[in-house]
Parts: sequence; C-alpha cells; structure tokens
Amino acid sequence: MRDEPVFTDQTDDADRPTDAPTDAPAIDPGAAPTTGPGSGRPERRSGELTFVEMLRWTWRQLTSMRTALVLLLLVALAAIPGSVIPQSGVDAFAVGQWQDRHPNLTPLYERLGLFSVYDSPWFSAIYLLLMVSLVGCILPRLRVYARAVRAKPPKAPRNLSRLPDHAAYRTEGDLDALRAEAARVLRKRRYRIIEEPVGEERGGAAVVRAERGYLREAGNLVFHLSVLVVLVGFAMGSLFGYQGGVITLVGGGFSNNLSQYDDFDPGSLWSADDMEPFAFTIDSFDIDWYRSGPAFGQARGFAAQLTYVEDAYEGTEEKPYELKVNHPLSIGSTDVFLIGHGYAPVITVRNAENEVAYSGPTIFLPTDTTFRSFGVVKVPDGLDTQVGLSGEFYPTYAFDPDRGPYSVIGEAQDPRMSLTVSTGDLGMDTGAPQSVYALDDSGLELALDDEGNPFRLDLEPGETLDLPDGLGTVSYDGLQRWNRVQISETPGKLVALSGVVLALLGLLGSLFIRPRRVWVRVRPWPADGLAGGAGGPGDDVAGAGPVLVEIGVLDRSTGAGGGDEELAGILEQLRGPDADAHGSENEISGATATDPAADTSEKEKS
Amino acid sequence: MNDAAWETLSNQAVAVSGLVYFLAFIAHLWQWASLRKVPVGRTAKVAVGAGVGAVRSRRSTVERNGGWDEDEVEAAGGEDAVRRVAMGERLGVLLTVIAVAVHGVGLVSRGLAADPNRVPWGNMYEFTMSGSFFVGLTYLVLLRKFRLAWLGPIVTGFIVTVLMVDVIWLYTPVAPLTEALNSPWLVIHVVSAVIATAAFTLGGFTSVLYLLKERAERKAAERVTAGAGEPGEPVEAKGYLARVPDLVGLDRLTYRLHAFAFPVWTFAVLITGPIWAHEAWSRYWNWDPKEVWAFITWVVYAAYLHARATAGFKGRNAALLALVGLATLWFNFIGINFFSSSSMHSYAAPASSTVVVEGAPPVAIDLPPRA
Repeated sequence: MRDEPVFTDQTDDADRPTDAPTDAPAIDPGAAPTTGPGSGRPERRSGELTFVEMLRWTWRQLTSMRTALVLLLLVALAAIPGSVIPQSGVDAFAVGQWQDRHPNLTPLYERLGLFSVYDSPWFSAIYLLLMVSLVGCILPRLRVYARAVRAKPPKAPRNLSRLPDHAAYRTEGDLDALRAEAARVLRKRRYRIIEEPVGEERGGAAVVRAERGYLREAGNLVFHLSVLVVLVGFAMGSLFGYQGGVITLVGGGFSNNLSQYDDFDPGSLWSADDMEPFAFTIDSFDIDWYRSGPAFGQARGFAAQLTYVEDAYEGTEEKPYELKVNHPLSIGSTDVFLIGHGYAPVITVRNAENEVAYSGPTIFLPTDTTFRSFGVVKVPDGLDTQVGLSGEFYPTYAFDPDRGPYSVIGEAQDPRMSLTVSTGDLGMDTGAPQSVYALDDSGLELALDDEGNPFRLDLEPGETLDLPDGLGTVSYDGLQRWNRVQISETPGKLVALSGVVLALLGLLGSLFIRPRRVWVRVRPWPADGLAGGAGGPGDDVAGAGPVLVEIGVLDRSTGAGGGDEELAGILEQLRGPDADAHGSENEISGATATDPAADTSEKEKS
Repeated sequence: MNDAAWETLSNQAVAVSGLVYFLAFIAHLWQWASLRKVPVGRTAKVAVGAGVGAVRSRRSTVERNGGWDEDEVEAAGGEDAVRRVAMGERLGVLLTVIAVAVHGVGLVSRGLAADPNRVPWGNMYEFTMSGSFFVGLTYLVLLRKFRLAWLGPIVTGFIVTVLMVDVIWLYTPVAPLTEALNSPWLVIHVVSAVIATAAFTLGGFTSVLYLLKERAERKAAERVTAGAGEPGEPVEAKGYLARVPDLVGLDRLTYRLHAFAFPVWTFAVLITGPIWAHEAWSRYWNWDPKEVWAFITWVVYAAYLHARATAGFKGRNAALLALVGLATLWFNFIGINFFSSSSMHSYAAPASSTVVVEGAPPVAIDLPPRA
C-alpha cells in the first residue's frame, strides 16, 4: 500500500530513518578512489561523513522523537537529587547542616553542583537539549501543518476493506444520489468533503473523500510552543527577579532597599535600580489562639496591620493593609508576604557601674510549634570582657523532670527565659560575616557555677539577675513580637501562567480532537462478487440495479482508537436508525480494529 | 449535630464503607470463581461459521457483561451458572455503589466535624480517604461507558486495602486547618490533584493487566510454537486474564484514562499549585520536594504519551512507563510526606517539626554583623 498517498504522509511521528550508516566498513586504502574526477576533495571512505553531513545527522538524531523521549526521562531522573539533597536556593540553612554532617561528601557534591541542582550545568544541559529537540521537532511540523491545513482529503485507497475500520452494504439507487447523501452525512459530522462523481474514478464508482480533526495538530503545536513560553517566563523570573526576607519588630518599619534585608537572593541580571521604592510600618500584630480542642495552643490565624506608602520618595498617600498568610500585599510588581512570627524579649545588660552595655528587643527564633525559641545576646563593649548570652525563651513555661523546661503553648501566658553566659572573644572583630542568631563559641568560655554546671540565668519578666564574677546585671524588661516578612518580585509570572494555560488548551486539543479520514465508495454491484477490488473489468455498468456501498475509516490519532465507533455512527446515519448495522441481512462485512497488527501497521509507517 | 457526633459519624461511615467494599470484593471474587472453569471463546469459535453477525453479537454481550458471555457460561455450567455469574457481578457493582456512597458520607462528615467546617483535605488521613473515594467514584462513573465491570475485583480490593492502611496507620483526630492551608485554592488544587491521582491509579491497573496479559499471550504463543498440544487444537484460555479486554482494548483504555488524567494533573500541579504557592509562599515555584516529584510525575506521563506515538516504544514499553509514572505519583503522595522533613507540603509530619510557621523556612544564618 506504499503507493497510496494516504498512508505515507505521516506527521505524527518524527522518527526518520538516519541518512547515514553508522558502521563504516573497512576499505582497502589501495582500492579505486571513490572521489569523482576534478572534485579535488580528499578520498572518502564509504560511510564517512562530511562535516555538514555530520551536522545534519546529529540534528536528525537530536530532533527525533526517540531522543525527545529519552531526554524527557533524563529530566525526570536529573530532578530527583534536588528533592533528596538540600538545595541552597530553597533552604540554605539545611544545606549548612547537611554539610556539617557530611564533611567528606561535601566537596564532591559541591563540584557536581548537587546543592543547586536546578542551576547546575548538567541539569541545564539536559533541558536545553530538550528544548532544542523540541524546536527542531516543531519547526518542520509547523511547515508540514501549514500545508496540511489547506490540503484536500486524499484519494481513496483502492481497497477500502484493508482499512482497520471498514464496512460495506448492499442497497439500491442512483450512484450519485447515494454519494450526495453520504457527503451530506459526513459534512454534518463536520468533515471536510471532496466529492468525485461517477466517471472520475475507474470502474464507474462515485467516491466521497472526507477528513476532519485538523485542529488536533494545531493543539499539539500550541502545546509544544507554550512550553517555550513557560520557560521564557520562568527565566525572566529567575534572571530579573529577587526574593528577600526581613524580620521586623512589631511597631518597626521597613523601606525597600537592599541594606534593610536580612537575606536577599537576586537573579543574575537583577539591578538594585529596579526595586519599588515602597515602605511600610507594622502597626500591630494579632494572633487568634485555639484555647481548647484538638488544635489547642496552635494559632487559628494571625494578621499584621500595616501602613504602607507606595513611593517613599514621592511621599504618596499612606494606606492601611491587613497582611495575612495567603493574603499578600502587592505593590506594583512586588509582593509582600507575612510568613512567620515570634517573640523578642527586651533585654538590658548593665555593667558593674550600672551603665547600660546592651539594651533592646532581642529576636528569638522559634524551634517548635509551641514557640520555644532560641536566641543570643552579644555584648562586645561596656563590660570588663566580651560577653555572650545564649538560651531559650518559653512563652508558657513549664517544667518536667524528664524533659526539662518546655513551653506548653505558643501563647505567651507565662513567659520565661533561661540563659547561659559565655565570656572571652565574640569573634566580631575579624570582619567575617557572623550570624546574629548564634554565638561563635571558638573564643568563648562557658561560665560555670560553684558545682561545675553551666551558670544559668532564669528570668521572669521584670526580673534582674547578676552576671557571674561581678561583671554586671541582666534584666528582662518586657516582651515584643516580630514578624518575618518575605518580599519578592517575580517578573514574567504572568508570561509563565499564560504559557501553562495555553499549553493546557493545546494539550486538550491534541488529546481529544480525533483526526479521521473517511472514504465512501458507491459502485454498481460487481459482477464477479466481492472478491475483486474497485476497477475490476466488467463492472462499469452504471444505472439501476444493486449497489455496493463501501465505507472505510482511518483513525489518525495516536492510538486513542474510536474508529469503530465513528464507523458505526456513520453507518447509522447513512442507513437510518432502523437498519441494524450488526444484524441486517444486507450487511456484507464489517471489521473493527481488534487485530493489533491492523491497528498499528498503518501508523508505524513513517 | 455537634462536631463530636459528626466525627463519630465519619469514623463509622469509613468503617462501614470498608466493610461494604469488602463484601463487593467477595461478590466479585464469587463471580470470577464461578467463571473459572468456563473456557473463553468456545462459542465464538462455533459462531465463526455462522457469520460475522454472530461474532459481533458475542462481542457485545461480552462487553456488556464485563468480560463474559452468557452462551459460554451456559454451555459450561447451565443456566444456574449464568444466574450465579450475573448475580455476582450485579451484586458486586451494587455493593460498590453503596460503599462509595457511604465513603462519601464519611468524607463529608469529616469536614463537618471540624470547627470551623472545612473541606476534608487537611492531613494524610483525609487525603488518603479522598484519594480512595475518587478511585471508586471514577470507576463507577466510567463503568458503563468503558464497560469496566471486570475491573471490579481489583478496584474494590485496592480500596479495602487503602482504607485499612488509612484507618490503622494514618488516623488523625479532626483538627482545624493549619493557617497555610486556609485558602480557596485548597479546594481547587487538591480536588484536581486527587481526581488525577484516581484516574492515573485506574490507568495503572489496566497497565499492569496489559503487561500480564501480554506476557501470558507471549508464553502461550511460545508453547504453541514449541509444539505442545496437538497441532490445530487451540490452547484453551481460562481465568481472569483471558476475560479482560484484548491487548488493543486494554492499551486503548489505559490511554484514555491517562489522556483524561494528564490535563487534570497539569491543571493541578502546573497551574493551581503555582498560583497558590505564589500567594502562600511568595514564589510560584520553590523546587520543594513535593513540587519536584509532581514535576517528575508530569514528565514521566508526558513521556508515556510520547511513547505511544513513537515506534518501538508502544505497547509494553508504554505500559511500563505508565507504571513508572504511577510509582512516582504514589511516592510523591505517600513518601515525600514521611521522608522529607524539609518539604513545605509535609502535612503528615508530627507537630514538632522545626518551623516558624507552617511553610516558612527558618531564617537564613549567614548575615553580616549588625552594627
């Protein structure tokens, strides 16, 4: 059936035969030269490729469907390490902890880029290859599709009974009238129609050629192109966007410039000039705690009341906003999110002369859902030696002989602090970056009490206790709250979103639009029975008498099937609902795609 | 009714539905046990001589009945056998309908038991309960269209197992939603993800059946070529595998299930997920382990759809890919919640996780000293 044009134009499968043999047979160098006279080119062995041929071969390999499939699976495989190993772009803290635990593996992992898999050269290489493969696959298909969309339904195959779905029945009537009826039915089923009256095809047959489902390939192309759009949007976000976090005391303020951030993660092409010049203050912060029930001690909800100005330089109007989880504040293209909160006890350290060496709300970071929190105070100056305090804060203090001190709930009903004291060198003079939430204990010595246990300061609000060795005093003066605010600008997010939505629409088209070809051939009842195909000699007797109607359906979707249902539907419409397609005595033959060979043979030909 | 009553109702409904699923399972087993001795296709061979029409009518009763033919059963075991088999199937389907309805009651009352009332998608217990519910519901919805009754024993057996695991190991008392989940996107995101999961799961069943049947047919063909049995005497196929649809039919059904599930999954993880993530976590794509695995699942199923269009990857290889996809899907559904402490999706984790607020990463540490 290779000579039938119907089956040879195959756009679904991008697999093409390679145009160059890969295994070059060894050839005796003394054999006759294979180069033509006057070509001046060096001798070529058979199977050897010129540079251009090599390029073309590589391109064909890269853009083949099989390669795309392998690359897709590679992307899936390559994404796995990033879900197992902590990623610096996601959780830098976890990366640090992991590296401390695995000092031997860390250098190797760092070289392989395993702490930022999704920016690593090898991950990028895979998805860029996939994109190239995609473009290489799509561009020729665009051209093919541009032609196919205008193409007429192809000529009928000579023998319709060799199609996977076909039927034939005997009826009576005028050939061209039957043809027109078939055309009407198919047009109603939204087929594109070409009618061939009696005389155009040999053998005195009238033929209807019909095709539908042109939009399926359009959907397919839209889907693949949209993937590129998504990628562009995603790239815009990671190149020009930024994300930063800041812990702000309730009552405090923030203005959007780089120096105010605690942590900041800009895209590689981001520039500080692009930052929106907004500012806000956190006026108040409310938490609604569950005081009973299964969620006892958890927060029902929390909200920060902000006052913000969109342009702090211009001094635009002040506006209020209630900032909550799932309810970010959008200013221009920047979004402000409330993602956390905690306690900041007000701590004052005085020296032996009662002069203040340190004073202020000190941010303690929660370590569990009861807001048991950890924090440090660094006093570099003002005392006889540098002093570091570190310890825990319990919003609702309780003591258990086994567990030690703990916090019952997150609400501050009975807040306490328990601090240890270290003296010596805080390491702040070296100029190296240092966490404000942890002590560098390399130069510090833990103060001990008389029994050799760590010296503890257990403080209640308003309480003042002495530091060891007459260094001074520590007071717990009050309690404030802080909010952690995340600020991010993600350009291209709408590009990415429209890309995905388009991709979904294209996907729906490519999955559910059924491309089909149908041929109906109406011809006089053949004199030699049903054995011969159309065009046999002696059956070109048009006119009254029994008529053979043959229908063939070719389902061109990639295996969704349904050609049999379509055939049944067409048959019913052609013969009326009364004619039982299955049991009628006029039925001659019918087949559906039950034979695997018949189902696949037409589609694998490419 | 107060919340405690709703919670009791939910627990009882889940227990009852598990029991009814089990009865449905037994009914289907009874049906298939009765079919065990009936050879497949005997009447069909007789019918070939009688004309194409007879073959077609056999096909249609086989399809209508979910894999068995009345004449065959009657030829092998008399009218009693026909009645028994038909009874078993009808009973199985009826019990499944009841079980799914009661399961639905359990799900709804679980939501009503919370204060304030909410959708029942707050923790692993509820996700698993919803997932198995949608597997049952999807099966029932497609039962007539695709004539899936032969899938009955597998679906009911699967749901019974999942519900047992859910109640025994995953049970959590009713609790309010955590703050981060308190969003309308929860409904859209989770519903679409769960529906896609259910359809992918059904597609996984048919893929497994495809592989088993393909293997059985290959073995049978080898036996024939090896000369076992008299030449000309066809090997009599019996049992469950012989009655599920042929390879083309299984492959097509698998494809249709995936073709439905894949766009829904796309919608869930690549549209609603990022929109919600943007609102809750400030980034629409965080490379969170759950997101990564949802993406991996998406890619594998995309590869499955590609494989069906690629020569050399069809059939067996495509079915294998579908199963790889299902493995990543279930690993993501179950595994990530327990194995990944860093995932912002780990709602199964005990309450003592180190978080500031659900969803917020701990504060970065490498900061310049503050003046």
